[in-house]
Amino acid sequence: MSTDKTLTPPPHTEPVVFTRDMLDWLPWLEPMAEADMTEHHIKSLVDAARVKSPYFRLLARDPDVLEARTRTDKDIFYNPEAGLPRAERELAAAATSRLNGCIYCASVHARFAATYSKRVDDVQRLLDEGVEAKLDERWEAIVAASVALTALPLSFGKEHVERLRAVGLDDAAIADLIGAASFFNWANRLMLSLGVPATQPK
Amino acid sequence: MTDVIDSLVGIAPGSKLDAIRAQRSEARKHAQASYTSLFEPKELGGVSADERHAIASFVASLHGEPKTDAFYAAKLPAALHSAIAAEAAAAKTKGPYGHFPKGPLSVEDAPGPTWKVSDAGRAALGPRLAAAFKHTHMLVFHPRDASAASLQSLLDAGWSTDDIVTVSQLVSFLSYQIRVVSGLGVLASTL
Repeated sequence: MSTDKTLTPPPHTEPVVFTRDMLDWLPWLEPMAEADMTEHHIKSLVDAARVKSPYFRLLARDPDVLEARTRTDKDIFYNPEAGLPRAERELAAAATSRLNGCIYCASVHARFAATYSKRVDDVQRLLDEGVEAKLDERWEAIVAASVALTALPLSFGKEHVERLRAVGLDDAAIADLIGAASFFNWANRLMLSLGVPATQPK
Repeated sequence: MTDVIDSLVGIAPGSKLDAIRAQRSEARKHAQASYTSLFEPKELGGVSADERHAIASFVASLHGEPKTDAFYAAKLPAALHSAIAAEAAAAKTKGPYGHFPKGPLSVEDAPGPTWKVSDAGRAALGPRLAAAFKHTHMLVFHPRDASAASLQSLLDAGWSTDDIVTVSQLVSFLSYQIRVVSGLGVLASTL
């Protein structure tokens, strides 16, 4: 038996639909106390402001993994050189999160997808209707590839690559899509299993 | 050391895919650093090397990825790997399934098994790994069913909060690595 305990989150309202609203996240395990964090822990956050986030202070319990995870994430999504436009990397993240059922992750990346693409209605339709939503051929190809890389057994095949090429993705863009959808299979599992989303007080 | 993703996909230096991966050199470097931090950490803490490789082998088997399974299983005693393979064969299913918070999304609830290790598996794996495998199966196939009670089961089996963070990262990282390897493998076959 471990003497550690799970946490009971304070009274909150759990979101019951996929949304682009800002959400909170409440941990089920004790994050590190700021006062107990060494330089090594702080460095693992990469962005110092993340010390305010219970999610990142919980993951900081294994600092080297957190730092490597975060730097992988940032390059997949923020590196502006070539490849898939940012909006569509975010679309792949939102579609993956929608399918896995991570309401928190979907909210963050649907907001980014909507901001960068300006296609608010299409992004909202993905959230409302799910991964079968009517979008346009290019976005539907990206969503279908994300689904094939997420659902088990994995079904991503040459037909997905051909469909992506037909809508204008080059090899580097397809590699970015693979990176973005795969990364959200990492992120969704942490977010879903270590705590619970909550609506923000109005 | 060799980049694990390159090695599992079979990406040769100077190939087209090598050049594409080089455009995301930070992601490539830190995916590898994630591997190193999980499997060759500076300090093992409360999660042993065998436990780390056993969980990875189980995740790879659940995904039906024999090459990745073999890579992690190579570090395990043969008897332990046989026990893992037997459990994975019985545990493998389709995903993702699970329930949503009660409300409009409940129509999308998809039922599926809550799996646990067999008695024979429990004898071979011990209670700590048996609890971790039950949690791993949930994370792989129905992560939206996660709850504080799943974490309490891990604490009850002797995993600390620090250990659970590492175990969660192991399963989640493998969920990423396996998909990148599979996806890049398909892309490579079309180049």
